[in-house]
Amino acid sequence: MRTFNTEDIPRTERIDKLLDDLFAKMPEIEADRAVLLTESYRQTEDLPNVKRRAMAFEHILENIPITIRDNELIVGSATKAPRSCQVFPEYSYEWLEAEFDTVETREADPFHISEETKRALREVYPYWKGKTTSELATAYMAPEARLAIEHNMFTPGNYFYNGVGHVTVDYGKVVQIGFKGYMEILENELNKANVYDSDYSKRHEFLESCLISCRAAINYARRYANLAYEKAQKCTDPTRKQELMQIAKNCAKVPENGADTFYEACQSFWFVQMLIQMEASGHSISPGRFDQYMYPYYKADIEKGILTREFAQELLDCIWIKLNDLNKVRDAASAEGFAGYSLFQNLCAGGQTRDGLDATNDLSFLCIQASMHTRLPAPSFSVRIWNGTPNEFMIKCAELTRTGVGLPAYYNDEVIIPALMSRGVTLEDARDYNIIGCVEPQASHKTDGWHDAAFFNMCRPLELVFSNGVDKGVQVGLKTGDVLQMKTFDEFYDAYKAQMKYMIQLMVNADNAIDVAHGERGQLPFVSMMIDDCIARGKTIQEGGAHYNFTGPQGFGIANMTDALNAIRTLVFDKKLVSMAEFKDALLHNYGRGLTPKAAKNATAEVVKNLADMGKPVTKAQIEEICRMFLAGTSSKEDVARYDKLLEMIDELPKYGNDIEEVDLFARDVAYVYTREVEKYYNPRGGQFHAGLYPVSANVPLGEQTGATPDGRLANTPIADGVGPRSGSDRLGPTAAANSVAKLDHGIASNGTLYNQKFHPSALSGIEGLKNFVSYIRAYFDQKGMHMQFNVVSKETLLDAQKHPENYKSLVVRVAGYSALFTTLSRSLQDDIIARTEQANFVD
Amino acid sequence: MENYLNAKGRIFDIQKYSIHDGPGIRTIVFLKGCALRCRWCCNPESQEFDVQPMMFEGKEKIMGKDVTVAELLPIILQDRFYYVRSGGGLTLSGGESLLQPDFAPHLLRATKELEINTAIETTGFAKWETIQKYLPYLDYVLMDIKHMNSAKHKEFTRQPNELIRENARKIAESGMVNLTIRVPVIPTFNDTPSEIYDIAMFAASLPGVEHLHLLPYHRLGQGKYEGLGREYLMGDLPLIPNDHMQLLLENAKKSGLKCQIGG
Repeated sequence: MRTFNTEDIPRTERIDKLLDDLFAKMPEIEADRAVLLTESYRQTEDLPNVKRRAMAFEHILENIPITIRDNELIVGSATKAPRSCQVFPEYSYEWLEAEFDTVETREADPFHISEETKRALREVYPYWKGKTTSELATAYMAPEARLAIEHNMFTPGNYFYNGVGHVTVDYGKVVQIGFKGYMEILENELNKANVYDSDYSKRHEFLESCLISCRAAINYARRYANLAYEKAQKCTDPTRKQELMQIAKNCAKVPENGADTFYEACQSFWFVQMLIQMEASGHSISPGRFDQYMYPYYKADIEKGILTREFAQELLDCIWIKLNDLNKVRDAASAEGFAGYSLFQNLCAGGQTRDGLDATNDLSFLCIQASMHTRLPAPSFSVRIWNGTPNEFMIKCAELTRTGVGLPAYYNDEVIIPALMSRGVTLEDARDYNIIGCVEPQASHKTDGWHDAAFFNMCRPLELVFSNGVDKGVQVGLKTGDVLQMKTFDEFYDAYKAQMKYMIQLMVNADNAIDVAHGERGQLPFVSMMIDDCIARGKTIQEGGAHYNFTGPQGFGIANMTDALNAIRTLVFDKKLVSMAEFKDALLHNYGRGLTPKAAKNATAEVVKNLADMGKPVTKAQIEEICRMFLAGTSSKEDVARYDKLLEMIDELPKYGNDIEEVDLFARDVAYVYTREVEKYYNPRGGQFHAGLYPVSANVPLGEQTGATPDGRLANTPIADGVGPRSGSDRLGPTAAANSVAKLDHGIASNGTLYNQKFHPSALSGIEGLKNFVSYIRAYFDQKGMHMQFNVVSKETLLDAQKHPENYKSLVVRVAGYSALFTTLSRSLQDDIIARTEQANFVD
Repeated sequence: MENYLNAKGRIFDIQKYSIHDGPGIRTIVFLKGCALRCRWCCNPESQEFDVQPMMFEGKEKIMGKDVTVAELLPIILQDRFYYVRSGGGLTLSGGESLLQPDFAPHLLRATKELEINTAIETTGFAKWETIQKYLPYLDYVLMDIKHMNSAKHKEFTRQPNELIRENARKIAESGMVNLTIRVPVIPTFNDTPSEIYDIAMFAASLPGVEHLHLLPYHRLGQGKYEGLGREYLMGDLPLIPNDHMQLLLENAKKSGLKCQIGG
């Protein structure tokens, strides 16, 4: 039997200091990359786009300011200030220009932006007018799809505004052979290409672009070598001087050459990780199976006696901190959907080898320790669990969970491997999967998965059933007929399915339009060459170069739709306790409740605007009166009493999340309405669409755009999180809730499912608590659940953190597929996290 | 009994994911009716055998429901995956399951036949002949020894302790089950080092007993007394501070048993 070193390693003083410096200031927006990019683009207008991208990449890396921060052992920073970001006008820029003056004061993920930066960006922005991927995507999109987006039926905003990201490159290979090794391969391919080949032009340009990118990366590292050397010369502290000399040596060697030591491998990994995020703005650049491709270096150095476990740990801690040094500014709406400054750099440990043996090793344990030491949102740390996962590994994971940092997320190999195989991935590649971004599995370094392709709100099509496809006076959906004339539940359910199908088709149209736009304007040679089979196929991942291609849009709202459809079936059709007209009336009037303060404010603004447009100015007192009306609702007392009775009837119905087979199997069916439709479609890269079931944190902002639903959910309030039950409706504790969730078909949702659980720390106390917790996860996985993650903090702690954010600057909570600093989240998202059922246990 | 699956009993609650009442992840079935009237009881709705109303969050809830073994089994089976992974199973609590000898042993038997382990939390206050009906179908017995002084025991629980002590010994000597002794540590009743030490020494004298659990007093049941229209006799007694619990734990450990705070 294999044994592991599970002994704790203390955190060093260096890590304390690095952590302090990381959070010293508000993150900042820097203009250097945008300026250099534009400079380069202005000079390359006559060249093919892929080469323009490579040359811009080279120009940026030659000239962008570089920094070595105090106490760093691993170097390479995208920005001068810690935890700051560059911007990427080639994808979109109007939103940032429009938000220049609010980005620093907004609730979700604020950034400082200096006047100088604003000036610099204002100078380059006009160049990009008409040249961005988002503008091209809009041009490609069908008008009805654009209309559906305007009406918030789904939001493909992520890739519409940004790079696609969501890949894992072959870190193992690049660390092993260096970019010099890649250049040999590329030159070899160039030599093989014949000028008369049908695809010569594109292949040739692509390969040359890769060569340019390799040189750019090598030279960039050399700049760091020089800087480290200069710093060392000036350094008076002999220890630091030696460290800087070592850094200079490392950067002179990697990533140009293959790494020979663990330290070099770490430095090489970091340059690759960071540079991918300098090339483009796509997030979820996921390090993947770090404990696998780094282990050979660790093992060799330990065996040679040139590395201690403690120093290896310190290097890992440094990498963990560097992952948090990268940042990204998003538009205000997206920032709420992806709240917490997260880049979703997902790093994986454990699981199986390509041969199906257990892959856990000593480095897997050090990865857990690194997350314990740093307690930061990045990396999104995932562990792969299968039937052969050693129990001591899971216990160590549970110890990390118990710290309340929201990590790790647990993934079930026994579901994910067959799920990927069902999509055409080979057995070996499926065993070698890693997690991308939030919860999305993909075959490592062979996939362009386009995960996170859109948020699809499953509640909105139900609203369209009630309105015969009309939203805010516009025919957005299908005409499925007058809901009041529907005679059977099946007729009603069919109408819902028809609206769903139609919206899914429009979403496919939108995604594919954006996909084509990236293929034409957003080719990325640097990241592509490290993904199979781009070099062999002679094209970027954006053009279909990856071995596996998918598009994975994520649906959410299963719990709401299950309970809602069930309410309609039971109350209107089966028991005939309420007429459809009464139900429709109740939804229209939000069950007699007023709007949430935010929604009331928006509604008031709309009324005021309409009045002003009609030439009827309103006084401040009138505005206040209108707002008060929206807040209180306008229903009569009698109506409110009727609505209350309806809410009570809904409340008494059996709900998803309580291990009631009939309800849960219906939930499975409701989920199929999304998952089975999505998998019918294909993308321009030749890959299949496949569904995810998770909302990231968009269930809150997209809930704000959703009216009242028949499950008793009020207008503008959050939609249920992930595949979990609605907040507060799971009343029988964590096993019953998990049993319900396990009854969904997770295998078909091969783009990932997300199940958040909230535990009070008391449930994990002592070794018995940890063991039971581990058993809990294993038993959920036995029933073919796919993913599970946990918030372990008490409600009191979170409430106190809302009151005294200053005391909780480092409080990390699990938001969705990632963790974030609680105090940086918007108030409504904070409230939602608090409201998610707390699975405490107070028997004794 | 021709068909023990039809045996009917009276319960008032079922709780899943219980991790402090026997090994692993367990389902607790709470039976209604108890011979003792412990003043600190956190489940006062368990005490009367009769079905009774209780106000809960402004609504009247009926406490007590008659169910058959056959009706309970599917509910118990819902969490079988968790039992297998954690070594958990079914725990009967109460109330006092020993007061329903025509039901509880059948439920335990049926559960064991499904390869699920069983436990009871008990006062041990019943005739030995009754207890004998249960033992063949039990893996774990979690039994309270609340006080060694019978008079004080009676004062706070309405029953003397001689029968309880005798039964504890008989259960231990039977060798049929894994017996753990538990002590609810209650201010003004048994929270002195010497009282805890005496209980621990008694527990240590029982053959096969290895574990002693000290369960600190809590007030989570207080609201239920109001809901039942009853007076909460413990008043505003403060909780036992952690350091005092530690002191008691140290005293209990002198018995040589493995002692812990909490179940």
